[in-house]
Amino acid sequence: MSAILPPSERLWWKHPLDRVEGTWIVIALVWCLVMFAMMVGWHIYGKQNLSTETYKTTREMFSAKAQAVVDKYTVRTETDKQIPVVHPPAGGDVYLIGRLWDWWPIIEFEKGKTYRLHLTSMDYNHGFSLQPVNINIQVVPGYEHVVTMTPNQSGTFSIVCNEYCGIGHHNMLGRIYVK
Amino acid sequence: MADITTYRTCPRSGLQFEANAEKLMLANAVVAVVFLLIGGILAIGVVLTRWPSVHWLQADDFYMVLTAHGIDMLIFWIIFFEVAVLYFCSSTLLRCRLATPKVAWLAFALMLIGAVTNNIAVFQGSSSVMMTSYVPMMATPAFYLGLILFAVGALIACFVFFGTLVVAKRDKTYQGSVPLVTFGAITAAIIAVFTIASGAIILIPTFLMSIGIIKEVDALVYRTIWWAFGHSSQQINVSAHIAIWYAAAAIAFGAKPMSERVSRGAFLLYILFLQLASAHHLLADPGLSTGWKVVNTSYFMYFAVLASMIHGLTIPGAIEVAQRAKGYNNGLFEWLRKAPWGNPTFSGVLIALIGFGFLGGISGVMMGTEQLNMIIHNTIYVPGHFHATVVIGTTLSFMALTYFLIPVLFKREMINPGLARLQPYLFGLSMYFFVLVMMGAGTLGVPRRHWDMSFSGAAMAYEWPGAAYLMMGLVGIAGIAAIVGGAIYIYITVGSLLWGKRLDDGAFSAKPTPFPLTPASTALHGTGSAGFAAPGTFVLALVFLTAFVLYYFINWKYLSQVWGLS
Ligand code: HEM
Ligand SMILES: [Cu+2]
Ligand SMILES: [Cu+2]
Repeated sequence: MSAILPPSERLWWKHPLDRVEGTWIVIALVWCLVMFAMMVGWHIYGKQNLSTETYKTTREMFSAKAQAVVDKYTVRTETDKQIPVVHPPAGGDVYLIGRLWDWWPIIEFEKGKTYRLHLTSMDYNHGFSLQPVNINIQVVPGYEHVVTMTPNQSGTFSIVCNEYCGIGHHNMLGRIYVK
Repeated sequence: MADITTYRTCPRSGLQFEANAEKLMLANAVVAVVFLLIGGILAIGVVLTRWPSVHWLQADDFYMVLTAHGIDMLIFWIIFFEVAVLYFCSSTLLRCRLATPKVAWLAFALMLIGAVTNNIAVFQGSSSVMMTSYVPMMATPAFYLGLILFAVGALIACFVFFGTLVVAKRDKTYQGSVPLVTFGAITAAIIAVFTIASGAIILIPTFLMSIGIIKEVDALVYRTIWWAFGHSSQQINVSAHIAIWYAAAAIAFGAKPMSERVSRGAFLLYILFLQLASAHHLLADPGLSTGWKVVNTSYFMYFAVLASMIHGLTIPGAIEVAQRAKGYNNGLFEWLRKAPWGNPTFSGVLIALIGFGFLGGISGVMMGTEQLNMIIHNTIYVPGHFHATVVIGTTLSFMALTYFLIPVLFKREMINPGLARLQPYLFGLSMYFFVLVMMGAGTLGVPRRHWDMSFSGAAMAYEWPGAAYLMMGLVGIAGIAAIVGGAIYIYITVGSLLWGKRLDDGAFSAKPTPFPLTPASTALHGTGSAGFAAPGTFVLALVFLTAFVLYYFINWKYLSQVWGLS
């Protein structure tokens, strides 16, 4: 009878369904399948898919690789902390370190060129949040995540940390230039 | 049956309460409300700090208060209340005694000790790790120990619930199948067992790591298993509050489910796909394969979303059918206009249902789409979304149920019914606005769990667009309005309990009175009217679908404009 009483028809799975329900179930199911197809289809036709290329890494391994690229491609330094600005060749690899509480180094890309950006954290989880583009990627310690990026606009972009990482979290900023 | 107990038939509702179950429901519900009070006070600190021009607390206090707010609200308030709901849906709705009341008190004690231990750890200040406590950031051992004790208690409570189902079956207090609402509660309890097991798998090693027995818990493994726990616990809430929606429709309107088969089938879909969807918290993570993400985040082709869309139709549909049977048959919406809008149990549930669907549901599916997740992950859009699900959906439904329970379970006349009539509107509608502006700020990239959006003192600088500041200011204003709404709920509940006029108990008996036998097949509902039985609801459902489709594709458009990623 009512939802708080035992059903009067004992075989509830034989209840007829109303046409409203039947119609809605069909519409909803179609919509669910459309959404599923969108997600799969975007992997084939879309231009924004998160790479899954990942390696286990350690602080030492990753720092050494990052340092090598910095040594080779630094074009200038910025701020009184002398943060290197790295300008990798198109198609090349570049390493970004997330640590308490900065992103290192500063990176310079060229518009329309593609780069392999390697991300990891030296300590806690961090969040790579590229602003104002608004691309957000989790950065997990122990894992080197290789993301292939193609900037489609030029300007100065900031990397905000958007995973809580302790008392300095809200001051953790980095920078990417696109020429 | 060694336990001597009595059964009370409430003269106001006809429900039958067993003495042990009644005391346990009361204890769990009262402790739940105390945690809501604590969490609500903490919300003042959170919201006044995130309001940029107020920026009230210091950074360390803010992170501590936010950790406590998340845990006290999401875990302690909700789960204590859910235990009361489980006992109600078993012992009261099935008219039987509660199995093993002593064990149920043990469960209650463990949960309470765990919750207090965890809170003490957080307020000592060195466990500001947020409710997710991602390793390798470590809290003190007491933080994890408190959570583990609480989880063990909650697990025991689930088994008391299952035991009570067995008692009812054995004592034959009902014929045939359990009521739909109990069926929903069973769904919630099954999911809870799976959830708590996942929680144990990850929290126990982390506890051992905090006391130095285990050297390391892998950061990504932690995230993956933690979310098997963190996500499925939200599925418990959804099952529980949907069961309450069906109950409220039955109580306020005498509405019967349009089709038991459809509604129960939809609950079964929850059970089948419950272990999925934890991936929607991990879509922006390294190391997990695309195939797993796509299948898991969509609950295998969105079958659990389908289930929610079904409940979203069948509950208002059942109300519409009941109202039309009472003669409110004009046009598409007379049934809705003539609904008891001044009854806070009804208005609370309806505001919860609409807000959960339109705000929580649509945003949740959008965020849970693998690629779209990249444009909102860890922004304040995320708390915007889940305040629509867990506050507008679950919390407001629990509030609505409380208004029904004050005379029935607490046996008190409600103090200040005028204020109670207003409360769901104030709390619910200010929360609608609150989540909308949070989502707005998140779309502009504003991060969650962030003390200072102006980055003052940072080595570099970034200036958010003015609209982001405006939205966060509005978050502050709407948040305060919602907190006032929450305070009114607590005032009415606690006030009625303390000062409300005592109402009579009703008749006591030593044995349960079983259900009167209902004649088989009292009219197959829905088949009576040619065409649609609930045309108004169907139109509303189409409005919902339109909003859903538009919003979904707008976000794809937005995504297609960002940098190429592969
Ligand atoms: C009554 C008014 C409430 C207000 C004004 C409020 C406000 C907020 C705000 C602004 C945040 C985000 C802070 C940030 O990420 O920087 C937040 C986080 C949160 N809130 Fe609420 N909240 C309220 C009620 C609730 C309720 C009832 C629940 C649960 C049932 C809840 C659960 C949470 C959780 C789980 C978080 C996330 C904490 C974290 O990130 O670890 N809130 N709240
Ligand atoms: Cu951070
Ligand atoms: Cu989830």
